[in-house]
Amino acid sequence: MREYLPILIMILVGIGLAGAFTAISILFGPKMSTEVKQTPFESGFLTQGTEGQRYDVKFFMTALVFLVFDVEVVFLYPWAVQIRELHWPGLIAALFFIGVLILGLVYDWKKGALEWE
Amino acid sequence: MQLVLEFLALSFVQDVLKILFILLLFAMPLGTFMTLMERKWSAAVQDRIGPNRANIGSYRGRGLLHIAADALKSIFKEDLIPRGADKFLYTIAPFFSFMSAVAVFAIIPIAGPIGDFKFQVTDVQPGLLFIFAITSLGVYGAVLAGASSNSKFALFGGTRASAQMISYEVFLGLSLMGLFMVYGSTQVSIIVEGQGEHWFGLIPKWGVFTQPLGFVVFFTALIAETKRAPFDAPEGESEIVAGYFVEYSGMRWSSFMLAEYIAIVGVAALITTLFFGGYQVPWLYHWESAPQWLVTLLQFGKFTSFTFILCWFQIQIRWTVPKFRFDQTMALGWKKLLPVALLNTVVTAIIIVALA
Repeated sequence: MREYLPILIMILVGIGLAGAFTAISILFGPKMSTEVKQTPFESGFLTQGTEGQRYDVKFFMTALVFLVFDVEVVFLYPWAVQIRELHWPGLIAALFFIGVLILGLVYDWKKGALEWE
Repeated sequence: MQLVLEFLALSFVQDVLKILFILLLFAMPLGTFMTLMERKWSAAVQDRIGPNRANIGSYRGRGLLHIAADALKSIFKEDLIPRGADKFLYTIAPFFSFMSAVAVFAIIPIAGPIGDFKFQVTDVQPGLLFIFAITSLGVYGAVLAGASSNSKFALFGGTRASAQMISYEVFLGLSLMGLFMVYGSTQVSIIVEGQGEHWFGLIPKWGVFTQPLGFVVFFTALIAETKRAPFDAPEGESEIVAGYFVEYSGMRWSSFMLAEYIAIVGVAALITTLFFGGYQVPWLYHWESAPQWLVTLLQFGKFTSFTFILCWFQIQIRWTVPKFRFDQTMALGWKKLLPVALLNTVVTAIIIVALA
């Protein structure tokens, strides 16, 4: 696990830098906040309604499709790395797996899950 | 002297020094320079002069002082939090963006190893899987900023960004499948090592030659991951103003911007490493008597120049390809890039197994 320590340090340094930026801004920026300044942006109009709107179901569809494909891609990595050792049996199994993946894609496509118009 | 050498030999000290070098002397300066280069090159494309007014006395430095002027300006800007915003999430959102942009550099080798010493912060075995993990964390930056700002425009930007980024993550992972097969590992050092070989002693075995389709899909997906033009519907200046970070001001806004520019450098460095041989200088093996220090210097120079050229290339793409509508972005991904990436995987697998 020793080689993962630098990654942890790197992540902490990244968060630290961003935190330092925020702190600088809070420390040095002027504080003349008014009621109007605090209103959320609305193209120069007064704010209309609240933020809690409903958004398109397509975003949820995308999340579902993503979940399926990303997990299946994860299953392919070990095979990709070991492809020379696994040879033909591995390839046939993987092709079957990718075939199922493509069937899923075709199904999504026909069902209109990929349409955004 | 002895004490200093012993101190430097500690692996923890080496790690910290490497991190400081790659962040403070490589990624951050190049990233901040990119902010000026983008404006200068945009000006050149549009036949303008570009920023050249910031000065100290009569010294203008061809616009270089604008970098300092921008930094100073955003430091002394008022720090605003919109009414009704979730203060905690609003504050930590830029941290995610910045952290995921910076952490990519942890596994990128900038020169060949000398003995046991690697010019790479850490060489973890999962390698690129770590990159995928960390770019996924970057999604949180956009989503949290969008959801916590209590602004409609930010929410639109945030939802768009999340849909786009998670979609292109799939193609990002799938496009590298062929590369993993060719070089037989996900570990960065092994992939770069493999690219040092030559076909017939002439053509370097770079990823761009072994995996041309993978390269195109990977580059496209990475540009979409960083939400750069032509895939900038989540930020869409002309429709939702700046998307998810519309409410941010001062240095909080700067963290998002800087994270974006560091991500550009990260993309360039990653593509150099995976598809242009990383630090491997082609045909160098002919010169067997080359001194070690010169080889290392040449490798570093090659890596840096390729990274720089790819940074420029991303700006050029912005001024060459018209912006995609959001539905076009998603259609390009799921209907074109995904089948192409799957085809690339299958064809590469069959060729490798048939030849093995």
